[in-house]
Amino acid sequence: MIDYRELGLKCGLEIHQQLNSKEKLFCRCPTKIRDTDESNFEFFRYLRPTASEMGETDRAALEQTKVNRKYIYKAYDSTCLVENDEEPPRELNKESLDIALSIAKLLHMVPVEQLHVMRKIVVDGSNTSGFQRTAFLAGGGHLDTSEGDVGVDVLCVEEEAAQKIEDAGDSIIYSLDRLGIPLVEIGTAPDIISPAHAKETAANIGMLLRSTGKVKRGLGTIRQDVNISIAEGARVEVKGVQALDLIETIVEREAERQVNLLEIRRSLLERDASVHEEIFDVTDLFRETESKVIKKSLKKGKVLAVLLPGFAGHVGMEVQPGRRLGTEFSDRAKTSGVGGIFHTDELPNYGITEDEVASLRDFVGAKEGDAVVMVADKEKRAWGAMESVLIRAKEALEFVPEETRRALPDGNSAYMRPLPGASRMYPETDVPQVEIRKDYFDTIEIPELLTERAKRFSKDYGLNEELAEKIAYSQDLTLFEELMSRFNNDKNVTATLIVTTLTGLVPELKRDGVNVTNINDEHFKQMFEIISSGDVAKEGIEQILRYVAKKPKVNIRDSLEDLGLTGIDTSQIEEFITKIVEERQDFVKEKGPAAVGPLMGIVMGEFRGKIDGKVLSELLKQKINECINT
Amino acid sequence: MEFELGDRIRIEKDGNVYEGIVMPTTTDHVVFKMVSGYNAGIDPEGATITLLEKAQPKSAAKKEKAEKAKPSKKLPKVTILSTGGTIASKVDYRTGAVTAQFSADDIVDAIPEITEIANISGRVVYNILSENMKTEYWTELARAVAEEIENGADGIIVAHGTDTMMYSAAALSFMLKTPVPIVFVGSQRSADRPSSDNAMNAICATKVAVSDIAEVCVVMHDTTCDDRCAIHYGTKVRKMHTSRRDAFQSINCNPIGYVDYSTKRIETILPYTKRGTHELEVKATLEPKCALVKFVPGADPDILSYYIDSGYKGIVIEGTGLGHVSTDWIPNIRRATEAGIPVVMTSQCLNGRICDRVYDTGRDILKAGAIEGEDMLPEVALVKFMWALGQGGDVSEIAAVMSTSVENEITECTLK
Repeated sequence: MIDYRELGLKCGLEIHQQLNSKEKLFCRCPTKIRDTDESNFEFFRYLRPTASEMGETDRAALEQTKVNRKYIYKAYDSTCLVENDEEPPRELNKESLDIALSIAKLLHMVPVEQLHVMRKIVVDGSNTSGFQRTAFLAGGGHLDTSEGDVGVDVLCVEEEAAQKIEDAGDSIIYSLDRLGIPLVEIGTAPDIISPAHAKETAANIGMLLRSTGKVKRGLGTIRQDVNISIAEGARVEVKGVQALDLIETIVEREAERQVNLLEIRRSLLERDASVHEEIFDVTDLFRETESKVIKKSLKKGKVLAVLLPGFAGHVGMEVQPGRRLGTEFSDRAKTSGVGGIFHTDELPNYGITEDEVASLRDFVGAKEGDAVVMVADKEKRAWGAMESVLIRAKEALEFVPEETRRALPDGNSAYMRPLPGASRMYPETDVPQVEIRKDYFDTIEIPELLTERAKRFSKDYGLNEELAEKIAYSQDLTLFEELMSRFNNDKNVTATLIVTTLTGLVPELKRDGVNVTNINDEHFKQMFEIISSGDVAKEGIEQILRYVAKKPKVNIRDSLEDLGLTGIDTSQIEEFITKIVEERQDFVKEKGPAAVGPLMGIVMGEFRGKIDGKVLSELLKQKINECINT
Repeated sequence: MEFELGDRIRIEKDGNVYEGIVMPTTTDHVVFKMVSGYNAGIDPEGATITLLEKAQPKSAAKKEKAEKAKPSKKLPKVTILSTGGTIASKVDYRTGAVTAQFSADDIVDAIPEITEIANISGRVVYNILSENMKTEYWTELARAVAEEIENGADGIIVAHGTDTMMYSAAALSFMLKTPVPIVFVGSQRSADRPSSDNAMNAICATKVAVSDIAEVCVVMHDTTCDDRCAIHYGTKVRKMHTSRRDAFQSINCNPIGYVDYSTKRIETILPYTKRGTHELEVKATLEPKCALVKFVPGADPDILSYYIDSGYKGIVIEGTGLGHVSTDWIPNIRRATEAGIPVVMTSQCLNGRICDRVYDTGRDILKAGAIEGEDMLPEVALVKFMWALGQGGDVSEIAAVMSTSVENEITECTLK
C-alpha cells in the first residue's frame, strides 16, 4: 500500500460538463449531436498561431503548429456560419449562464461582477477559429468530502470543441455539431490527497451537476482532467478521462510515473549520463537495410540519430506498465509528425540487424553504456523529432517535465503538449462583457441535490432506498416527477410500479432487443392512465411497451383490443374459472385450498394483463372453496 | 486606492479574493487579468483593493522581432502599401475592439512567407478603417502607388479594409495605366486569430504581384476553404457577404484567374494586360460631386431635385430590374440631363445588363436622356463617373465614356 501522503501527492480536478441548453453558447444553433453521415457540407482550413495581446505566443500553440495540418470540417443543417468561423459570435447564451450560476451556488461560489469572454488559443483544429471562447465566472467555492473541504477555485463557462472524426496524420477531420455546445469547467484546488479521494470528489461534483437537471447525459458529455504532482515531481495535467472509474488508476499511474522518472534521473546522474547535442545523418548506413519501416521512409527521407552517453538500459526502463522512457521520447518525437523512433535498448529489432546497430554505434561514437536514438522520415520531420528527443533526454537528467498528457484507456497517459500558459488568452472582442448583478444572482434558485431528492422520494412516495436512489440519479427523473404529480396516491399506479417500469422493465426490454428509444414520455403517460383506470392490469405493461416500441405512432387506448387487453367482463372470468374448477373437481377436492397454486397458472395464462392477478386469485379461491364445501 | 494600468492588485469583495494585472476598462468596473490569463471585472464599490506591485516599465526587448530576411537580389521587388483594415489589425485596449494599427512591417512579421516570394518593402499611406475612406484618399493612394512603381517596384500590394475595397480598386483601375500588377488584398476574419484569412490572402496576393498580370485587381479567398484565392478585375468585383471569407465575387464576369494556395500556382481564365505593356500613366483627378441614388417603390422624385439643385455634376441611379424608376421620376431625370448633369442608369439586381428599351417606362427614361450603364456595378459606375468628369470633356464625351468599357468594367457579352 503506497502512502500518498508521504509521496506528497497533490491532485486537483478539472471537470468539463456539457450543459443541456436549447441553443449553443455563441449562436442560436441547437445543441444537437448528429450522425456524421447527415453532414451536408464540408470545408477545410489551416491554422497559424498568433501572439496574444501581450505580444507572446503560447508554447503549447507553437508546438501544435510544428506540423502544418489540414483541418477538414463537416457541417450540418443544424450548424451555421458561427461554427464555420465565417460570422462573428452572437451574445453569450443566457440560459447557459443561468445554469452555470446555479452550479456556482451549489459549489458555494461567488460570481465575478463583469464576465469577460476570452479566446484561449487552441490550434489543433478542434476550434475552427483557432481558439476556444471561455469566461471565468466564479471562484472561492468548496465541496464537502470525507477528507474535509476541497476548494473549488474556478468555474468557467466555455464552448465545446469540435469532435475529431478521423486523424490521417497530415489532415484531421472534425465534426462541427459539437462545436459551441456550452460547457462548464470546474477546477478544484490541489486539495485532493489520494486516488480514492480523487474519485470521490469527481463523483460528488458529478452528482451536483446532475442535480441541476440541465446538464447533458451520456458518454462524452462529461470529461475529467486531473492535475497531479508529487513532491519533487511536477504538475502534470492528464486530459480527457471519460469514465469516473478510471480516475483512481490515472492518479495512481501518474504518481508511479513521476516516482519512476525521479528514480531514472537518480540512476542517470549516478552514471554521469549526459546528452550529446548533435544530430547525426546516418542515412548512408541504412542504404541496404532490410528493415521495411526504414526502407519505406528512405524513399523520401533520411535516417537521423542522436547519442545519449550513459543512457544505455535506461531508455528501456518502465515508467508506467508497458511504457518506457523511450515511449516518452517517442511521444515527443511524434509532435513533429513522425510515426515513432528506434533506440538501442530495443535493437536489434524491427528488421534492423546487429551489424547495422554496431555501425550506427560506431558512427556516432557510442561507447559501452551509451544509448543511441534514431528516426527515419522526411528530413524536416526527422530533424524536429530528434530535436524533441534531445530536449526530453535533457529533462530526464533534470526534472519531471510539466506537461499536458492524454489519458489512455488503461489508465496510463501519453504526452500531448506543454502546459499552456496565460499567454494563450486574449480578449474575445466580438462578444460584449456581461454584467452579473448581485440581485440577479440572488434570484437564481439552488437546485435540490439528488441525494436529498432520493431521501424525499423515499419519504413521500414510500419507495425503498434503492429504488429512490435509482430514479433520482436516472435520466427519467423528470418523467418520474411528472408521473408522480399525476398519480400520487393512485390505487393502481404506485411509485414503485413506475420506478420498476422505468428503471427495471425498460432496460430489460432493451436487452431483449426491443427498440425502447421509440417509447416516449407520452406513451408512458397514456399507459399509466389506462392502468390507473383499472381497464388494464399492471401485468399488461410489458405487452403494451413491446407493442408501442414497434408501432410508436398508435394511440394505446385504441390498440388495447388489438393487444387482446380489453373486452373482458367479470362474468366471462367467472365462467372460465367455474369451468376449470369443475373439470378438475377430483384434483381440487384432494388438494383442498392448496389447489389455488397450480390452477392459478392456467387462469393467468388466459387473462394475463387483462385483469389484475389479485382479482383473479380471489375469484379462484372463492370457486375452489365452493367446490370443496359441496 | 490609486493604481494604474499594468499594476498588480488584490481585490477583496464579499469574501472573495482576486489577484491580477489591471487592464483597461470601458465601464466603472475594475478589469484585471488573473494568472490564468482570464480577465474579469469587479465593481470597486465596497471592494478593498490593495496594490501589490507597480507596473514594470516595458522593456524594449519585450517583443523579439524575427530577423528580417536579407533582400535577395534574385527576387522581384514588391511594395506593400498599407491603408489599414482587417488584414493588419489587432485589439485596441482603449475600446476593446479590433482596430487597424499595423504597419506594413508588421504584416511581414506576421506572414514571413511573403519574403520568400519577393523582396518586400512597406509604406503606410494612411491608417484608417475602410469605412472612413474618402474620395481624396483614392487620389493620394494612386499617387503613392505611382511613386512606388517609378521607384522600381515590380509589383504593388495595397492592404485595404474590405468594406470599401471595391471602390478603391475601381478608382485606381481608372486612374492608373500600370506596367506592373497592383493587387488589393484584405481579410474578412481579423488578423489576430489563428484562423484569419489574412495570411493566405497576402501570400496569394504576393504571388500575383510578382506575376505577369499587370492589372489593378483584388485577390481574396475564392471559397470558404483555404484552397485558392480568386483574382478579380478591380472594376468587376463586389463584396457580397458581410462576413464570409469568400465575400468578394466577380459580378457579370469571371475572375481573371485563381492562385492555388497549396501549389502557389496561378491559373488564368480571362485575358489580362501583360506586364510591361503600358507605360505608367496617372490620371488621378476626380470630380467628387457625384451621387449614387437608390430608387425604391414610392421614393419621392424630389430626391433627384436635391442633387440637381445642390450642384452635383453626375448622378448614378440604381434602378429596379432592367433599369427602371417610377414614372414620376422621369421629369426630374429630364431636368437633370437638360441642365447638363448626366444620369447613368444601373440596376439593383447587380447581376445582368441594363435594357431600357423593353418597357414603356424604360423607353421614357431613355427619352429623358439617361445613359444605360450596361452591366456595370452601380458603385463602379459612380467611381467611373467621378473619374470621367474629373478628366473633363463635354456632356456627350462623358456620355460616350460612360457607355464604353475603359477598364473591363463593361463586358461585351453578358455571362450566363
